[in-house]
Amino acid sequence: MAETTYSHSLANGLVLVAEPMAWLESAAFALMVPAGCVYDPAERSGLASFTCEMALRGAGPRDSRRFIGDLDNLGVHWNDSVSEAHTTFRGATLADNLPDALAIFADVVRRPHLPADQLEAGRQVMLQELRAVEDEPAQKVMIELRRRHYPRPWGRPPQGELDALEAIALDDVSGHFNQGFRPNGAVLAVAGRFDWARLRATVEALHGDWKPGAEPSIGEEPWARRHEHLPYDANQTQIGVSYPSVPYRHPDYFPAWGAVGVLSGGMSARLFTEVRERRGLCYSVYATYHYLRDRAGVFCYAGTNPERAQETLDVLLAELNRLARGVEAHELDRLKARIKSLLIMQQESSSARSAAIARDWYHLHRVRSLDELGGLVEGLTCESINAYLAEHPPGRFTVVTLGPRELEVPVAVP
Amino acid sequence: MQFREHTLDNGLEIVAECNDQAYSTAVGFFVKTGARDESDAIAGVSHFLEHMAFKGTTTRSADDVNREFDAMGADYNAFTAEEGTVYYAAVLPECQDRAVALLADILRPTLPPHDFDSEKQVILEEIFMHEDHPPFGAEEKCRATHFGSHPLARTILGTVESITDLTVDAMRAYLDRRYRPGNVALVGTGRIDFDALVSTASRCCASWVPLEAGRPAAAADSKAHFVAIQKETATQQYAVRMSDGPSAIDPDRYAAALLAMALGDDGGSRLYWELVDTGLAEHAALGHVDYEDAGLYVVHLSCDPDQTADNLQRVLDVVRQAESGGITEEELDQAKNKLSSRVVLSAERPLNRLSAVGTEWVVRGEYLSVRDVLDALAAVTPDHVARLLAKFPLSQGTTVTIGPLAELAPPK
Repeated sequence: MAETTYSHSLANGLVLVAEPMAWLESAAFALMVPAGCVYDPAERSGLASFTCEMALRGAGPRDSRRFIGDLDNLGVHWNDSVSEAHTTFRGATLADNLPDALAIFADVVRRPHLPADQLEAGRQVMLQELRAVEDEPAQKVMIELRRRHYPRPWGRPPQGELDALEAIALDDVSGHFNQGFRPNGAVLAVAGRFDWARLRATVEALHGDWKPGAEPSIGEEPWARRHEHLPYDANQTQIGVSYPSVPYRHPDYFPAWGAVGVLSGGMSARLFTEVRERRGLCYSVYATYHYLRDRAGVFCYAGTNPERAQETLDVLLAELNRLARGVEAHELDRLKARIKSLLIMQQESSSARSAAIARDWYHLHRVRSLDELGGLVEGLTCESINAYLAEHPPGRFTVVTLGPRELEVPVAVP
Repeated sequence: MQFREHTLDNGLEIVAECNDQAYSTAVGFFVKTGARDESDAIAGVSHFLEHMAFKGTTTRSADDVNREFDAMGADYNAFTAEEGTVYYAAVLPECQDRAVALLADILRPTLPPHDFDSEKQVILEEIFMHEDHPPFGAEEKCRATHFGSHPLARTILGTVESITDLTVDAMRAYLDRRYRPGNVALVGTGRIDFDALVSTASRCCASWVPLEAGRPAAAADSKAHFVAIQKETATQQYAVRMSDGPSAIDPDRYAAALLAMALGDDGGSRLYWELVDTGLAEHAALGHVDYEDAGLYVVHLSCDPDQTADNLQRVLDVVRQAESGGITEEELDQAKNKLSSRVVLSAERPLNRLSAVGTEWVVRGEYLSVRDVLDALAAVTPDHVARLLAKFPLSQGTTVTIGPLAELAPPK
């Protein structure tokens, strides 16, 4: 087990947090900057993703071809993503190449060219991605569900909207970059094989002179309609159901999360057993826990043919209501076994661990070690989970369906 | 890291790459059976059977199977491909014996009729889901067209008709014929106790009766075709393009993997710069897949319908240019660096290694360490790639496109 996590706050607010995994040949990083899609102006929805796309089209001494070529030659397996609160660049490589990889991404977050002559190409990439979602009903239903679950703008999809993407100008991109690509609120998480003193010096040299910026405020407004059917011509009807839960840093997080594990974690979990195994209603059914810093939700999915969609929704809601009556010891035992394995196996992946410590830092301003996490999971009891469920039964459902025919949402669902 | 092998008296082969440093243990039964071993009447039976394996045995109910896997904290599942069906679990080392025994047990499922009927609905839903998902069956259509009479033309899921009509007896006959010990390998990676692995397998699998399962050799039957299918409800247009490439036993497969990476990896390749970076396509990629007696280069393209004709022409121009001029030393080095790093990073997880070690053993009957693979990649030269392009011209191939367009002219 890894026993140490290092952290170092730079004077400008950037936090470097790192966990050594000396038994690996790799090192992985996650660099999160506070430039998520909640900061998109309403009429510029998609701006954060567009800015991310443009930041990757050349930075520092590299044009876009050299940028990708250098990363390939360093063997950096990388990706970028835009979430509600952050734009994140992740990468994994052989340990010796970590400093070079960090230097390249320092250029991306600090010195991107944002080239005017590539703005239209970047826009086309964004529009293609938006169009592609229209052909992915299972993805689309969950995007529409999340949009309605959280108050605006927290449920906004990073892909943006057609009109907004068409209207975005280079000034919008550089404006978003200047506002969100700043060290205060940014986290650089590293896991794998590295030398802490050298890593710290490298990061100080790369980022020490980065100037902090102001944190913008976000106005919120609730979404009005909680049940919606979206017509869609396909073989299957897509069903999305969500209900509110507590965020990661909330004291009730682990009991709440344990209940969702009983609902959907492993093939013996309730949704898989009752919806698929017993009734053969669908191929894919799951519930997943999603949290922001201040709010959270449980998001359930099922896809099935229109003739059996009503029964599928009914069984799904019945299982959510049954969950309120509590979980049983054998269910919790299996959950604990799965999590114990998962935590131990996380030590085989620098990528997984770097993502986890970045998440911890954002939500908790500290890192939970694998030992601590193991202890928290081991400490869960049926009593603690059931007490939570009694007080916070799944309810206030948001229901979104996508398919040829509308479904009936039972009146019992407020 | 140590490679060990053992064969039981009934022919079941046991192989493992044992790594004392690993945190977990991965084990899997690799059954040499898949879509290519089926006929029209039982199309999809391999995959349906893979689902039924989790539905109970003489000593366990379906619930027991799932609960036991979950109770040991296993990361487990199964999948079916054209040439193989794999049942696997990654567990903590102390659960090795239980995981192997459970996997061995589900390879002898009882196929209860009620569960068979219920699972049939799940399979049908999987087919509907697949048809709703891009590229909306174009891959299967392209495969069928490209392979012609060769058994690799078959689809894994089968059809709504073949699954609806399939009987328990037909599945049982297939199970009895194909899941014979000589047609199965037990593979382990990570922190494996090899002696215990052999002893568990002896206890659980010794009663399996050998019988030659076999797989007839098939002759290639590929032709160049262009097929355009209209799907008015789609937003984007999709295209799948297949060309012959080296097989899994052809030493040129490493050169093919590097060539595919240089021409069509989803970042930094010629197709990427030509089509994706420019925003002309949402996705454009070329990959190499190999089978026992055939190999494929597969291009996937998705884009705005109006740009499809031009984009297909651009794809063809890119591969023609490679055929006439090869790839540069710089491109090859970049592909080597990228692929080698992926091999090393992926190998840090025993579950990832299981797939590589198991496939190599079942298809080629050999073990290759990570070092062996890196050496093979390093040995590829630009001349080698040029010879490969002459042997398997990428410009010859079958294209199937699907989307809103009523018609589409093939590229010239």
